[in-house]
Amino acid sequence: MTDRSAAGGGPRDELVAPGYGHGLRDVVRSRYLLKLLVQKELRVRYRGSVLGLLWSYVKPGVQFVVFYVALGVFLGLEQSERNPAGLPNYAIYLFSGIVLINYFNEALGNASRAIVSNGGLIKKIYLPRELFPIASTWVSAVHFVPQILILLVACLFSGWSPTVLQLAAAVAGFLIVTMFAIGLGLLFGAVNVYFRDAENLVDMLLMVATWASPVLYPWLLVREKLGETFFLIYQLNPITVAVETFHFAFWLPTTERAEAIPPNLLSLWIPVALVTSGLMLVIGQLVFRRLEGRFAQEL
Amino acid sequence: MTTAIEIRNVNKQFVLRHTRSMKEAFVWLMKGRKGDLSERFHALADVSLTIEEGETVALLGFNGSGKSTLLKHISGVMRPDTGSVQTRGRVAGLIEVGAGFHPDLSGRDNVYLNGAILGMDRAEIEERFDSIVEFSEIGQFIDTEVKFYSSGMYLRLAFSVAVHTDPEVFLIDEILAVGDEPFQKKCLAKIAELAAEGKTLVVVSHDLDMVAKICERGVLLDHGRVLLDGPVDEVVKRLRQG
Repeated sequence: MTDRSAAGGGPRDELVAPGYGHGLRDVVRSRYLLKLLVQKELRVRYRGSVLGLLWSYVKPGVQFVVFYVALGVFLGLEQSERNPAGLPNYAIYLFSGIVLINYFNEALGNASRAIVSNGGLIKKIYLPRELFPIASTWVSAVHFVPQILILLVACLFSGWSPTVLQLAAAVAGFLIVTMFAIGLGLLFGAVNVYFRDAENLVDMLLMVATWASPVLYPWLLVREKLGETFFLIYQLNPITVAVETFHFAFWLPTTERAEAIPPNLLSLWIPVALVTSGLMLVIGQLVFRRLEGRFAQEL
Repeated sequence: MTTAIEIRNVNKQFVLRHTRSMKEAFVWLMKGRKGDLSERFHALADVSLTIEEGETVALLGFNGSGKSTLLKHISGVMRPDTGSVQTRGRVAGLIEVGAGFHPDLSGRDNVYLNGAILGMDRAEIEERFDSIVEFSEIGQFIDTEVKFYSSGMYLRLAFSVAVHTDPEVFLIDEILAVGDEPFQKKCLAKIAELAAEGKTLVVVSHDLDMVAKICERGVLLDHGRVLLDGPVDEVVKRLRQG
């Protein structure tokens, strides 16, 4: 019976206003539909391609090699005998950041287009519209899994033996990115219906996002070059904290543990980032609900 | 009798000229908001309508009279600017059948996806799956991708999913224009059967003879206003007079 409200009706015995859902709560209720939407997306995405889901290994793989060669080798970020100032195990440092930022980029990029690209359906049938950005994020999470597996294999070969704390931190990092991506995705997805500029704005933000977090370079550089105050602002970005958390979880245990992690990462910055992302989720949902009333006529 | 749909003083305005970029909106703001950024027109003007459970109602009127807009308000796709719409029980639309179909998925996958979109849960779809396929007469093509279907097959499957959602209120918008005659007859028979079961039907169609057969009550809309509300034969007669 619970699914019935998703179709625009309520319990049999009362009059309800159609078209007013309960936001993300309705998504939980329509989880079967959500599952089907995710399945559809995954099937349709790789339809007619020989490599299929393998593409989600190939693309980050190539990206990794390019960055590794350009930054690690040419620009000297990798530690070696001739370059003792570099980062030890730079490959793992780089890859643990890249997988996370790729997940964020894909989730947010697709979520902010989700409403417009499902316009045909939204114009005709009422269903909780939050389903579409959430489904896009879910699809990105599915693509994230094989990348994490590769990272884990690479870590194990490099002598990774994580503690429970480090694993918990990895989960927290994933949560931070997921909530932040859904929040921003709901926000930009809704705005995109009214102003198609939103998706270009998102593309720009995503380009900046890779460089605004210590994915390619060590965080110490930021503090060194720009000072403590700027570093505080830098740390307020939840994605930055999530990337550092992944470094803490995957990269740090493979090094001699001599590498400093940002001060107060666990005690202060992870909680702050979780709260910021949660807040973003709430804001995204509020804006979405405010704007969704006119989706059908604006699309 | 219980009320199935209650529409009270609903107004809906549409924006005619859209501004799709921030640049235009910004220029407009800078010019001191001179002129209207957009033109508006009334799609629905002070529409009030109460439909009891088990009634079969035809919404009639010429193109642009607001019939489909009213249907979209009942289904919840659109919200009124002012006034209120309330419904009881599950509302399912045959509003453009197949809106939730994806051409690259098989008929089977589409039945599940579309069923879920129309508000069925997994158990309901599984229980009715055979009946859906049988009614659609798709047979062995159920595992073929929908893009290879003829338009008739596509419509039959979509219609079949929609009638199996078992809603309390059924919204039907101009769907019987496609499909061959035997299937049209089958659809009409199914709709008549739903009406006989005491389902509430709201039908939009330009096929006046057909709606006169299915529906008892007619509501004539013109430029978003209710002109006439009465027995369907009277309303059809009035519409034909022009």
